[in-house]
Parts: sequence; C-alpha cells; structure tokens
Amino acid sequence: MSRITTTEPTWVKWTLIGTALGAMALVLIVPLVAVFWEGLAAGWNVYWAAVVDADARHALWLTLAAAGISLVVNGVAGIAAAWAIARFRFPGRSLLITAIELPFSVSPVVVGLLFVLLFGAHGWFGPMLAAHDVKILFAMPGIVLATLFITFPFVVRELLPVMEAVGSEEEEAARVLGARGWHILWRVTLPNVKWGLIYGLILCSARAIGEFGAVSVVSGHIRGETNTMPLHVEILYNDYQYNAAFACASVLCLTALVTLALKAVVEWRAERALKQGGKTP
Amino acid sequence: MLRTIVILALAAAASAVELLNVSYDVAREVYKDVNPAFAASPAGAGVTVKQSHDGSAKQARAVIDGLPADVVTMNSAADIDAIAKAGLIPADWQGLLPSRSAPSYSTHLILVRAGNPKGIKDWGDLAKPGVEIVQVNPKTGANGKYSYLAALAWAKRQPGATDDSAKAFLKSFFANVIALEKGGRAATTTFAQRGLGDVLVTFESEVFRIEQEFAGKVARVVPSVSVRADNPVAVVARNAEKKGSAVAAKAYLEFLYTTPAQEIFAKNFLRPVDAAVLAKHAGTFATLDLVTVEDAFGGWAAAQKTHFDDGGWFDQLYQPK
Amino acid sequence: MRVLPGFGISLGITLLWLGLLVILPLAALAAKAAGMGWHDLWQVWSEPRVIAALELSFFTAAIAAVANLFLGLLIAWVLVRYRFPGRKLADALVDLPFALPTAVAGIALTTLYAPTGWIGEPLSHLGIKVAFAPLGIVVALVFVTLPFVVRTVQPVLEAVPHEVEEASASLGASRLQTFRRVILPELIPALATGFALAFARGLGEYGSVVFISGNLPMKTEILPLVIIGKLDQYAVPAATAIAVLMLILSFIMLLAINLLQRWAQRRAVA
Repeated sequence: MSRITTTEPTWVKWTLIGTALGAMALVLIVPLVAVFWEGLAAGWNVYWAAVVDADARHALWLTLAAAGISLVVNGVAGIAAAWAIARFRFPGRSLLITAIELPFSVSPVVVGLLFVLLFGAHGWFGPMLAAHDVKILFAMPGIVLATLFITFPFVVRELLPVMEAVGSEEEEAARVLGARGWHILWRVTLPNVKWGLIYGLILCSARAIGEFGAVSVVSGHIRGETNTMPLHVEILYNDYQYNAAFACASVLCLTALVTLALKAVVEWRAERALKQGGKTP
Repeated sequence: MLRTIVILALAAAASAVELLNVSYDVAREVYKDVNPAFAASPAGAGVTVKQSHDGSAKQARAVIDGLPADVVTMNSAADIDAIAKAGLIPADWQGLLPSRSAPSYSTHLILVRAGNPKGIKDWGDLAKPGVEIVQVNPKTGANGKYSYLAALAWAKRQPGATDDSAKAFLKSFFANVIALEKGGRAATTTFAQRGLGDVLVTFESEVFRIEQEFAGKVARVVPSVSVRADNPVAVVARNAEKKGSAVAAKAYLEFLYTTPAQEIFAKNFLRPVDAAVLAKHAGTFATLDLVTVEDAFGGWAAAQKTHFDDGGWFDQLYQPK
Repeated sequence: MRVLPGFGISLGITLLWLGLLVILPLAALAAKAAGMGWHDLWQVWSEPRVIAALELSFFTAAIAAVANLFLGLLIAWVLVRYRFPGRKLADALVDLPFALPTAVAGIALTTLYAPTGWIGEPLSHLGIKVAFAPLGIVVALVFVTLPFVVRTVQPVLEAVPHEVEEASASLGASRLQTFRRVILPELIPALATGFALAFARGLGEYGSVVFISGNLPMKTEILPLVIIGKLDQYAVPAATAIAVLMLILSFIMLLAINLLQRWAQRRAVA
C-alpha cells in the first residue's frame, strides 16, 4: 500500500494536469491562435501579399542577418569564454561570470540608450564617426550591436554547466598524448558539449529574432532599410493594416515555433546521447 | 541657353538621388501619395524618397542623434526648432519657404462613438465626470500638445477665465484621459480598433480618415474653437550638404507648394495653404475658430516652457495631491 | 594545474568581447551620469513620475512573478511527475514567450484583452478592465516571464529522490504533508531563483507592455517608458539618470540571483 501514497489520487492528478494545461492554453496558446486568426481574417491573398511585400522581405532579411551575426560572434566568443572559465581558475573569475550575465537583466530600452550615448551625434564616438562618414546608429551596425548585447550571455550560460559537468579528463589525456590546442577543441571538447552549444545558439537566435525594445531605439525606422521584422509589424499595426501586421507577426510566430521544435529535438538527442554515451570506449 | 544647361545640370545632379523624409506619425498616407507624384514631376526625375514615421518628438530626436534625414516634415515648429538648435538646420528656417515653411495645416477635432452617447458638444464636455478620453502624450508628441492647447484655448475663452480656472479645467480634463499614446496612430488604434474610451482627440485629417475607415461607428464633433496646427517642413541642411542632396531636397519641399501636391494634401484632409486649392475643397473642412500657437500661447518656445517642459503645467496636472 | 592550453587566447577573446560590447557602453552611461553629480541624479530619481513608475514596475513585476511562482510550480510538477498525451508538446511550448518577439506578444495580448477582444469582452461585462490598466501590464509580464520558474524548478524536481518521499509516506505522512514538508523545502531555492529571474525580466520589459498599458503618467507608465519619454523631450541627462537607476536595480537583482543560485547549489550538495 505504500506505493499508492507516493503518487496522488487519480482525480488529483488529472485536476492538476487539467489546470496546468488549461492555464498554458490561456496564457500561451490563445495569443498564438489570435495572431494567426487576425492574420488570416482578411483571407489568404491579403496574408500572402503582406508576407511577400518588399519591405517585409527586407525586414525579415535584416532580422535574420542580425541574428546570424549574433550567432557567429556570440558563439565563437561564448566558446572562448566557457573554455577560459570552465577550464581555468584565475582571480576575478566569478566577477567575470557576473559581468557576462549582466546583459540578461538590463532593460532593452536601456541597451538602446547605451548605444545612443556611444554612437549618437552627441555621443562619445559620434563626432569621430561623422567625420569619417561611418554610420552605426540608425543603420545596420547599430541594430547588430544592440542584438549582440541582448543575446550576449546565452551561449556561455548554456555551455558553462555542460563543460563543467563533462570535466577536463579527456582533454588532459589528449594533451598528454600530444594533441595541439585547436585539435583538442575540435576533436574532444566541442563533440562533448555540442548539445549544450547548439541549445545556447538556439536560445540566442530566438532572442535575437524577437528583440524589439533595444532595436526600436537604435533603428531610425526607415522603411525598407532599417526596419527589422518586429518593427515592421509595429508599423503595419499603426498603418491601419491590422491583418498585414498580424500576418507578419505570424511569420515571427512560425520562426519561434520552428526554434522550439529544434530545441525539443536537441534536448531529445542530448538525452539519448547521455544515456548511450557515457561509456563510449 | 545657359538656363537650359543649368536646368539640365540640375536634373542630372538630381538624378539617382535618394532622399530620406523623416516625418510624424499620421503623415504616412499623405507622403505615400506625394512621393510618386514628385517622382513623376520634372523636378523629381530620378529622385527616390524614403519615409520614416513615428511620434514627432521621437523623430526629431533621432535626427539630432544622427538619423540622416534630408528633409523633415513635421506637425509643429517646435520639433524643427529643436533640430535647428542642434545646428542641423539654419535658425531662420521658417523664412526659407512660403507660409512660414508650412505647405499645409490642420487643426484638432473631437471624435466620439456613433450617436454621441455622452452628448459631447465642445471641449468643456470632455472634463465632465464619466467621459473617457484617448489622446497622444503631450510630452512626447505634437499631436498631444495640440489637444492640450485646444482645450486650453477653449478654457481661456470662458467668461471670467483665469490661469487658475484654466488649470482646474485641464486637471479634470486629464483626469478623464485613459490612455496617452506615444504617437497619433497608436491613439487611433486604441480608440477605433480596440474600442477604448468615449472620445479621441486628434488632428482633423486623422478624424476624417477614421470616419472613412470605421464608417458608422464613429462621428466627429466640431468644437467652437481649436488650434491651428501648421505642418512645417525644412531641409536638414547639414545632412543634405554632406550627401550632396541639397538641390533635390529643396526641389522636393518646393514641390509641396505646387498645385498637384496641394491637391494631394486636400485629398488627405490636410488644409492646403494655396488659397485656390483650399477654396475648391472648402466644403471638406470643418468651420470653427482657429487660434494660432503664436497669438494665443506666445509661440512654441514659450508654450513648451510654460506647459510641457518638466515641472510645467502638464506635469503639475499629474502631481499627486 | 595548467595542463590545458589556450588560457591566454580564450581569456583574451572573452575580455575583448565583454569589454567592447558590454563594459564600454556601460562606461559611457556611467561617465555621463557621473558628469551629472549626485544632486542632479537624485533630483530626477525623486520626481513623482519616476517614483510612481518605479513603484508600478516593481508592483506589476512582483505580482507577475508571484503568479508565475504558482503557475510555474504547477506546470513543472505536471510535466515532471505525470505522463499524459501531449506532454512533450506542452514541455516545448513553455519556452514560447522566450522565442516570441515581445512586440508580437504585445499586440496579440492587446487584441485579446481590449474590450472588443475575445477575452476582454466577457471580462468587461464583469466590470474587469485588463487592457489599459495595471492588470494589463501584469498579464503581459505573466506571459513574458512564464518560462523562468518552470525551467528552474523542473531539473530540481526531477532530482528529488524517490526514497525520501517513500520514507515520508511510510512514516505516516499524507501526500499533502509529504509535499509541504519534504518536497517543497527542496524546491525553495529553485523557486526563489525562478522568481528573481522573472522579476528581473519583468522590471525591464518594454515591448509587450507599451501596447497594452495605456502609458498614463502616475498610473500605467512603466520605468522604461519614462526613459523613452525623457529622450523624446530631448532630456538625455534625465533619461541617463533613470537608466542608471534601472542598471543599479539590475545589479542588485543579479547579485540576488547569484546568491540564490549558490544557496541552491549548497543545498543540493548537502
């Protein structure tokens, strides 16, 4: 009889499941459905026209480009940071970890303001940039920088615990056997932590694609030039083109769902790798 | 002969020029019509115009911070003054083009739900208990400043009006405001699309446009008095000189005074400054007393300082007692 | 100890990356604020509008985080402890708010909760106003911060040893007693961390809130919006002062989160 007391009665179990799924449906699913519903409310033609519109395509391209650059930069730097922090002990190490996590809790609007203070016409580098005719603010570099800042911690945060859990024995063994640094990284470390890395990159891209507040401050809102997809959605929404706005919003929802699917697959593969992996000779 | 060469040279210089027109929030549709018309005109051959719209003060700030605008087309002189103060536009910009550099103007009207269930007739009714108002934030958008000034102009006309009575009126007015949006279009969306509030206070041009878009659901109320809202324009000289687009930028703004452009303004419910075009469309526009910011409030600089700067009247209205 | 190579280069890349991208911009902000002096900073911070916005941001972020404490625990519990059709899908969907652009969340929630919306209309008949009221801000923040508590509690809940529960049950504890006296204490550090993460995110959130809040000074105006407002009045120093205030709050939250995480780790080891 003691088995029964470590689980809840069936009715409790199903009440809890029902409540949890009901709440999730209300909080998560209903808004998602609303986006597609409003997007399609005026029919497929309006939906399609909104999605293939030149400004929308440019906005999507800009969003994906900024996300792509963030992935590469924050990915490479994230691997370096995780390597330094997980494999070595040095003074200021915990301060470094804290500093890396800082961007997570900085408000997006503040992030935008930071770059205005740096690169605005009256900012630190403003006059210098103007003299050399280099555009950062209200141009693609500004958008990329804001995105980089926002997505800064994600790869390290995911990579660090995995690298610490895996331990450094294999790497040390490889070293003793005479492997060179890059070789160890490519052949030993990265294969061991690849799921953590991919997971971090997925989170990074999800956040990059969705960023609004910071990008809104630094973009300049030039149609077909410095509007990212979330900004394009806002513009359409303010243009009386509600259905088009929601159509473009639904494209962003689709990218979000694809990201979630990828993430689920990665988690599943990682779990399986963990189960089978452990004892590879 | 020389003249032809100059014109040809100008045309050649103008070709393949790209202008950035940084403009206020609810001017989206107007310039969507103006730009192709300009491109089709002789002066606009080969010139493409890009648009950027948002709350007017936000746009002016972006230009000050380095948004490479060639021209700004705003809805109050205050925002262009701010850019001029930063040295991007000559201080005497209002004298560079006709009608104090404003090719069109508008005013503020009141929009209510169909059938006017709250019985709104004039500004005074908006301060009555139980009326819910949607408008733009006067701190951050000229649209909101005009709402405030229009209501104030009414209060000042009441018999025995004093500064204190006007303040008291504005206080109950803003106690009724349920949303202060960041741009004119966001206010429209909140009122018309989201169904919030009994009253939207916004530009005449926007009121008429909403009546078209949401026919049968809303109705305009023309108050006894309102503020004339000039829509001034200026070449952002420093940017244009650097980019070599000054000629095209000037041509673009001058085009706004031509009959075709004035017609486009009128069709978009902005009052044209061309007397002939205005007369032709006179029936379109509401008839009411208009005061100017210059006459009634001592100009934008004074109005800004008294009412909208930090610690001014508007902030005082929102002080907790 | 330093058998492994690459310390210099990896730390170098890290510091360069951190320095250029994070420290330099923050230094610009700090320099700007330092140029203002304490008196001016304090003057901005003590403006009634700023205080009201600070209170509102705190209040709504706290309520949303508390709501997610319960909702997050419930969802984590159900996902970890029960097997039911659609569990994997539900698990994946928890991260939706994280992947969905906040602006999209903002317009979707406004559409739903406005008096003309699917949810707002029935609620308005009950006299409940969500959109354009503080409640709307809470709704937006609950959505945005939902994943945090779920994701911090989930792994801890999975790690609670089954034997402990059996021992508790065999000593005669009811299921509810076991949960309250045995399982919940194990979860508290994780719950606290999740709460702090959700709260920190809620304090700074902008995109989803601006659409639904109505932006009334003293009533529904959040702190990030005051920054934007100050910028739009060409009051860059005031905007900087508020940004510094928000940064200090971020630092404090981050410190709290780190301490909580360390506490959780110690508990896990003990």
